[in-house]
Amino acid sequence: MREMTCIVCPNGCHLTVNETNDEILVKGNLCPRGKDFAIQEIHHPMRTITSTVKTVYKEVPTIPIKVSKEFPKERIFDVMNQINHIQVDYVAQQGDVLMENVLGLGINIVVTSNILKETIHE
Amino acid sequence: MKQYDTLVIGGGPAGLAAAIGAKKENGEVLLLEREQRLGGILKQCIHDGFGLIQFKERLSGPEYVERFIQEFLSLNIDYETLAFVIKIDKKEGFYHVSYVSKKGVCEVTVRSLIIATGCRERTAKQIQIHGTRPSGVFTAGCAQHFVNLLGEKIGNKCVILGSGDIGLIMARRLTLEGMKVLGVYEAKATPSGLTRNLVQCLEDYQIPLYLSHTVTRVFGEERLNAVEIMQVDEKMRPIEGTQEIVECDTLILSVGLIPENEITESLGIALDLKTKGPYVDDYFMSSLENVYICGNALHVNDLVDYVSESGLIAGKNSMRQHVSTQSVSIDLSDDFLYLVPQRVSVHDVQESMFYFRAKKEMKAADLLVKVNGKEIMKRRYKNLKPPEMEKIKVKWEMGKISENDHIEIELKEDLCVK
Repeated sequence: MREMTCIVCPNGCHLTVNETNDEILVKGNLCPRGKDFAIQEIHHPMRTITSTVKTVYKEVPTIPIKVSKEFPKERIFDVMNQINHIQVDYVAQQGDVLMENVLGLGINIVVTSNILKETIHE
Repeated sequence: MKQYDTLVIGGGPAGLAAAIGAKKENGEVLLLEREQRLGGILKQCIHDGFGLIQFKERLSGPEYVERFIQEFLSLNIDYETLAFVIKIDKKEGFYHVSYVSKKGVCEVTVRSLIIATGCRERTAKQIQIHGTRPSGVFTAGCAQHFVNLLGEKIGNKCVILGSGDIGLIMARRLTLEGMKVLGVYEAKATPSGLTRNLVQCLEDYQIPLYLSHTVTRVFGEERLNAVEIMQVDEKMRPIEGTQEIVECDTLILSVGLIPENEITESLGIALDLKTKGPYVDDYFMSSLENVYICGNALHVNDLVDYVSESGLIAGKNSMRQHVSTQSVSIDLSDDFLYLVPQRVSVHDVQESMFYFRAKKEMKAADLLVKVNGKEIMKRRYKNLKPPEMEKIKVKWEMGKISENDHIEIELKEDLCVK
């Protein structure tokens, strides 16, 4: 038996997971997402990350980004390394993709703020 | 002098929602924000997890607040940034407000005021850390500002004091940015932040959490070079002989938030010692007629969704025609950390919404609402924890609250459930 906390939403359900030969029994989840989380967490933990990337604009030195979906937890620092190489040299908007299919993981780097559009008037 | 129905002070999530709420009731609204940009603290909260209740989506802070900014701008609500309120006078049922902005000193007359000024971080001064005054000691929010908005590296080796959510989130953030986070120290015996943040911010990155430990001293002339850590007893007093020196160049403090009460206090509004914010009735109106408080200026929320919700309600209520400051207080049992609103307005009312926190962790508890000794509602709660706010809608059977009604709300722990 394994115990874990679901991180899908702020409820943070306390899960107990029993793995038998052909089935995984999850208890303590308030919603179906908790079960999916537990199964994934046992087989292959996935995470998303958010961070910032540099820009060429003095007034807005960084803008926030996210990855488009979950990817294997053990690749977090590899993905961070790619993010740290990005420099934005145009007035990017929320939703813009700055890097596609990062390290072949099927995830994109996406801008999460309109701060450049709001601040920089070229 | 320019006149408005409602003046909103603060352009963060609470203030934006309040302005939208008042505008949708056909109010003439002015919003004042002291920073250069709208959005409040969410501008720098680049992590995700916002909006799960409001939008059923997991948004980052900027994404969440920019949705409100967009709606706010689309409604053509008057606003000024870099504007700071300096004086509020009450005259003949109206409020005369002076503020400073790029235009100079301006004055407006308004019928309703909404205080949406958010909260402040507690600082090193408030937790009695001894020693020198080197650089390298930051509140978590200050560190977040440097890292997320300015793109600065703030140090190499870091100790975090306090297990509040911002501290946990900064532990992860600094680790991702290449800093070594040596540990999170918490004086209490239980963590202050949400459990999911302990998992995804600390456990995922193998950052140790030390409960019942605190920082008692800092060392360093120009820059911090070490901190002294001590274990504490159940009353949070350091235990002699447990001193330990940890070398680090950065100390992050995540030791609690308190509502920003500067304006509230200057107006003579009474404060609740439990929330450290003002008392309000179920309209979010303070003891002063037509002065509303919402968001973290009222009590420190753990989810922004509730901040926006309270803003929207306060905004709508600020446009009410008939307003009475008559309200009855609620007798609260000892097991509550706090309950908001603290009073119920004397009026015809079907239901009221309350937000509360339990004082300690409880496996199971019953919440009872009594009016004049008669139980009108009972609800069972499982796994109550002080860091996790609960919300409850109370239906008033009698359909109105009169000035002589005696309202009691009790939280009773069920000790049979383990």
